[in-house]
Amino acid sequence: MFRTLTLSAVAAFGLATAGLAAGAYDTHIEDFDFSFEGPFGTYDQNQLQRGLQVYTEVCAACHGLKFVPIRSLAEEGGPSLPADQVRAYAENFEVFDPELDDFRPARPSDHFPASGLENAPDLSLMAKARAGFHGPYGLGINQFFKGIGGPEYIASLLTGYTGEEKEEAGVILYENKAFPGGWISMAPPLYGEDVEFADGHENDLHHISEDVSAFLMWTAEPKMMARKQAGFAGVLLLTLLSVLLYLTNKRLWAPVKGKDIG
Amino acid sequence: MAGIPHDHYEPKSGGEKWLHSRLPIVGLMYDTLMIPTPKNLNWMWIWGIVLTFVLVLQIVTGIVLVMHYTPHVDLAFSSVEHIMRNVNGGYMLRYMHQNGASLFFVAVYAHILRGLYYGSYKSPREITWIIGMLIYLMMMGTAFMGYVLPWGQMSFWGATVITGLFGAIPFIGEALQTWLLGGPAVDNATLNRFFSLHYLLPFVILGLVVVHIWAFHTTGNNNPTGVEVRRTSKEEAEKDTLPFWPYFVIKDLFALAVILAVFFAVVGFMPNYLGHPDNYIEANPLATPAHIVPEWYFLPFYAILRAFDDTVWAVQFASFITGGIIDAKFFGVLAMFGSIAVMALVPWLDTSSVRSARYRPMLKWWFWLFVVNFFVLMWVGAMPAEGIYPIIALIGSAYWFSYFLIILPLLGVIEKPVAQPATIEEDFTSHYPKSSDATPAE
Repeated sequence: MFRTLTLSAVAAFGLATAGLAAGAYDTHIEDFDFSFEGPFGTYDQNQLQRGLQVYTEVCAACHGLKFVPIRSLAEEGGPSLPADQVRAYAENFEVFDPELDDFRPARPSDHFPASGLENAPDLSLMAKARAGFHGPYGLGINQFFKGIGGPEYIASLLTGYTGEEKEEAGVILYENKAFPGGWISMAPPLYGEDVEFADGHENDLHHISEDVSAFLMWTAEPKMMARKQAGFAGVLLLTLLSVLLYLTNKRLWAPVKGKDIG
Repeated sequence: MAGIPHDHYEPKSGGEKWLHSRLPIVGLMYDTLMIPTPKNLNWMWIWGIVLTFVLVLQIVTGIVLVMHYTPHVDLAFSSVEHIMRNVNGGYMLRYMHQNGASLFFVAVYAHILRGLYYGSYKSPREITWIIGMLIYLMMMGTAFMGYVLPWGQMSFWGATVITGLFGAIPFIGEALQTWLLGGPAVDNATLNRFFSLHYLLPFVILGLVVVHIWAFHTTGNNNPTGVEVRRTSKEEAEKDTLPFWPYFVIKDLFALAVILAVFFAVVGFMPNYLGHPDNYIEANPLATPAHIVPEWYFLPFYAILRAFDDTVWAVQFASFITGGIIDAKFFGVLAMFGSIAVMALVPWLDTSSVRSARYRPMLKWWFWLFVVNFFVLMWVGAMPAEGIYPIIALIGSAYWFSYFLIILPLLGVIEKPVAQPATIEEDFTSHYPKSSDATPAE
């Protein structure tokens, strides 16, 4: 009875996500191999810095990161830029200051600006707001093993343009293998070699898409590494506590059950 | 407390006697902690402690979250991001609270199914069962309103769909819905009242939990055999029971530690697995998500709600009889609330004189089919209402009602139970043969 119900409870957890991603579109999401996957995965600081550069030089033209404070670029577990670089970086952006009633260069304490283009969604949480993996049959198994797949979705979208275009109601749509429905109004933002990295890191389409997706995972979940550490400590301590309580319980019940005290 | 005979607290020192004659609080705590508990309780009797712990966990994390949260349509979403990014340990508080709701429902479903299998609802424990059902209903209300607070897309559209259920009630529905929402649609007034009630209801639940415990401490625990503890003398009662402290406290704490280890793994390594990606998009009344899906713990009931469309003959019949007052939508709402109502009435629907399914060879099968059906309904509730899924949902819903309204009343008449042990002691010694001459260390 107990074992069956426990299994059922575990199954419930699995089923839970079943519907969560029930929108089964016929899209192609590539399973990129990110450094932050799995219980022990961590962000690659260099990759986050490259991703920041891609975002700044390309995406930021239209898309904002309004929930992300610029100062967090200096935080541990993120791109970890030195404080003076963060200050210099902030000045790239103009923000409206209600006290001055005018625009001024941003400071680290400000947030990234919101999207400049009206129809461009904010990217702060994009990596958690999209699911790359579903099912099968709404059972949540793929999400369990591969993760929910937000960053994979972003990277697949950036590399998923087929080159086909069509015009619909005066808007040009671009065919994209990862986008639900297959046609997206965003023109291909990256072609490869759009940015030059100071350290000469590879800048083909696949690599820069991966880098900016990793960066967007960080903007969505900046405390991921601290969270995993806390989780690990919790699991470790509770496992230890479980062992001690198991032994206590066994010894406590031994005389009642007529067993020798081990 | 009345019931099983056992030693009561005797104040010894002068100070203890002074306090005891004025406020017998130490005696109350002693009697609660030392309550005689059937010694054959198995591992399904741990969920009560887990539930109590999770209630406290949710209240504590919730109170701290409230210190940083802003219940306003323009600020709620960003205040949650503020908690996730700027508040010390805020990401852990928030993820623990969010996943705590899931742990709460895992535990409550296990707890309820335990009760259904071992007949814990039967006389004299009907009041315990009814209070438990009230707690469960309040939990669902609290969880639903809590899910609205982050003000994401699923928060908003979930609230729109669920409050729309009240709009399906004939004549008064629309007025009732407007009254609940505080306006014509889900908006700031809705968010504020949901926030207020989400803070209030857990304390009502806490009060009900005390009554729940009071009730079963009066009747004594049920146990896997369903055979009552002998109460003719203290000596006999002691052969069937052990004091709650330390035997069951340590056992329950062990189980709790194991469950919390799993919980921390979920919170630490996959905190969004049970959530919906759409809720990381700020609520937008102008953009409806492709699929509006409730949280996993509501899915079985969501499936029952959606199962009854106007192609079902029962719906057509009800509509015909009532002259169209009961339409498909209202029928679905009635079915959803009815599915919980029949569960609450199970003490009077089950006609068997035997409590535990262990000694009911036919019920066993029907019970496990009920469990499987529960998961099927959960799964189908998450699927789009098209193709074969509505048919599966309908069959599942039919079984849910049949279990309570046909199978349980009928089985009590036609089933031949197998022999039960005469006493709990007999059951216990058959598991642990050497214990016959051992005396519990007290």
